[in-house]
Amino acid sequence: MFTHLRPAIALTLFFAALTGIAYPLAITGAAQAMFPHQASGSPVVRADGTLLGSALIGQLFERDSYFHGRPSAVNYDAATSSGTNLGPSSKALLDSLAERAAAYPDGVPADLVTASGSGLDPDISPAGALAQMPRIAASRGLDEAALRQLIAANVRGPDLGILGQPRVNVLALNLALDALKP
Amino acid sequence: MATDLIQFALYGAVLVALAMPLGAYMARVFAGEAGFLRFIERPIFALAGIKPEQGQHWSAYALALVAFNAAGFVLLFLILKFQDLLPGNPLGLPGLSGQLAFNTAISFVTNTNWQSYGGETTMSYLSQMAGLTTQNFVSASTGMAVAAAVARGLASRQLKTIGNFWADMVRATLYVLIPLSVVLALLLVWQGLPQTLDTSLAATTLEGGQQTIAIGPVASQLAIKQLGTNGGGFFNVNSAHPFENPTAIANFLEMLAILVIPVAFCFTFGRMVGDKKQGRALFAAMGIMFVIGLGAIYASELQSNPLYPANVVSTGNMEGKEIRFGVANSALWAEVTTAASNGSVNSMHDSFSPLGGMVAMLNMQLGEVVFGGAGVGLTGMLLLVIVTVFLAGLMVGRTPEYLGKKIEAREVKLAALTLLVMPIGVLAFAALSIVAGTGQSAVLNQGPHGLTELLYAYSSATGNNGSAFAGLTVNVDWHNTFLGLAMLVGRFGYIIPILAIAGSLAQKKTAPASSGTFPTHGPVFVTLLCATIIIVGALTFLPVLALGPIAEQVSIAAGQSF
Repeated sequence: MFTHLRPAIALTLFFAALTGIAYPLAITGAAQAMFPHQASGSPVVRADGTLLGSALIGQLFERDSYFHGRPSAVNYDAATSSGTNLGPSSKALLDSLAERAAAYPDGVPADLVTASGSGLDPDISPAGALAQMPRIAASRGLDEAALRQLIAANVRGPDLGILGQPRVNVLALNLALDALKP
Repeated sequence: MATDLIQFALYGAVLVALAMPLGAYMARVFAGEAGFLRFIERPIFALAGIKPEQGQHWSAYALALVAFNAAGFVLLFLILKFQDLLPGNPLGLPGLSGQLAFNTAISFVTNTNWQSYGGETTMSYLSQMAGLTTQNFVSASTGMAVAAAVARGLASRQLKTIGNFWADMVRATLYVLIPLSVVLALLLVWQGLPQTLDTSLAATTLEGGQQTIAIGPVASQLAIKQLGTNGGGFFNVNSAHPFENPTAIANFLEMLAILVIPVAFCFTFGRMVGDKKQGRALFAAMGIMFVIGLGAIYASELQSNPLYPANVVSTGNMEGKEIRFGVANSALWAEVTTAASNGSVNSMHDSFSPLGGMVAMLNMQLGEVVFGGAGVGLTGMLLLVIVTVFLAGLMVGRTPEYLGKKIEAREVKLAALTLLVMPIGVLAFAALSIVAGTGQSAVLNQGPHGLTELLYAYSSATGNNGSAFAGLTVNVDWHNTFLGLAMLVGRFGYIIPILAIAGSLAQKKTAPASSGTFPTHGPVFVTLLCATIIIVGALTFLPVLALGPIAEQVSIAAGQSF
């Protein structure tokens, strides 16, 4: 056992220095040089220089005049992250689904009433955006054709034409909405 | 549906196309033939007093491995316990409790990466980097070294040694894990992963609210978390977090990274034992099991839940899933991460349909042999190969052989011993938790789903997977201790017997194949191997699965909620 002590300790310290310190710092330097925007968290900045949020992180929308994101177990507190972790036979889950679905008597896409995995999902499905259209139109005095066009212009994906699902970034959509009619 | 199947096929094709050359390269690395990093290697070996060409008896190899893991455990435990006194803690987070530090240190040293804590709210940067990221690398290379040693044992003739642990471990880290991680980390930053030493962004949202957004050196940890079949995330929700996995392209890359080394090991093995057909047979068996598992999870997640309100238009089970991935990429990830002993998640397994969650759990309960962890998946499969040739030998009444080596009582006993690891870690420990009362009090969901949460935790720990039904409250002394023990049993309960088998096979003569030899590369053998895996797993776990996920599925069909 003692013959193994020297290599065990030496290599533990060596790899802590190489993979634990040098590697992440080198990647940080290279990432900041090559992709400074992404490496800093893809910030979205207002014209006056204040930070509006991150393009990748969902934020809380509650007003009738904005498109809403998906239900979130952490209420879009991005200092943390969580799903509901409720199972498919959970009464608590089914009760909250029923409550949310009641706002859409004509039918609602599942993603608008189910909580995301992260609690920070920045996207809704295109159908989820269309389902909110009547509320936005009434609140902003916009006609639905203009809104439909706005949503279509903000649908992104699938990536490379095949990977993942088509989606609408809620923050980008609401910014476009404000630009269309404040 | 059709586009989903195209994505699955594309994933499989790119994975194999990457794994074949990587497998060939790794065979050269473990033979000491890849030499472009000699200038780093030589001074390390000299400093540590290592003679890389000097082979070790299996027991010395195993002791070196245990000593190295023990040293890693001590260093990591100290960093976590005392992170409040160390630099690199800009948020001023407190040191971890003794039980949590114990659980986390074991978890990362055994390549499990079970997380009883939320990363962004618990770990200082020094802990994430020098502590956890280091073990992400070396726990993976430890597993890779074991696979190299076992392949060598099978290939050698009448040798007392199975290679040098230190040389194998150092080379796996330097030549395989570090270069791949650098490339992957930068690709992921390009897709949107943060990589910064800042701690958070303070934003004022469009509606005027305040939002604090946690960031940090995410990409560097993510890359090795995936490549090393580790799975421990920077953030609480792991790769469901948009900063760990922002796009479907990032998702595709991360899924490739989970399986590329485990798949490559099939091909490495074939080359090392001098018969590529043997590696391909193992690949075929694992591939068949993988496709069955994927099909089951995908089909189950696509079902609409009859308990949902009638006006919800079903697009499959979207609770706990992210829009950018949808059902297909969440189901594929769940199969990939539990087939490999990775354990990272891009959707919340606790909210999966009962049968979808069950298949993910079963992947772990089968012993993580469907590609499995880096290196240890292959060796876990070889243990089942030994059981299979033994059963086949019984059927025809001949002494079983594998690769020309006679499989005798000692090898069969050791292999049979490892069949007890999963039942002890899962059934015994979970039963103990329930009897002790901690089991029920810690679950989030009521009814049969609560039992599944507990079973999933112990399956994940013993299988060294690390994924979770995250509703279970695991950061309590009982679970931190027993899950820690389950991880140790699940790691060393496989590694030490397989090294012993490798040592004993290395000493044997290799007999040339004769007309009486049972070929271990054809479809008959692959079928027998798959059947053995399923029978062993089903016999052990079917009763308890009936009480958990199967009972839940039946309840839902009957309109019952809890």
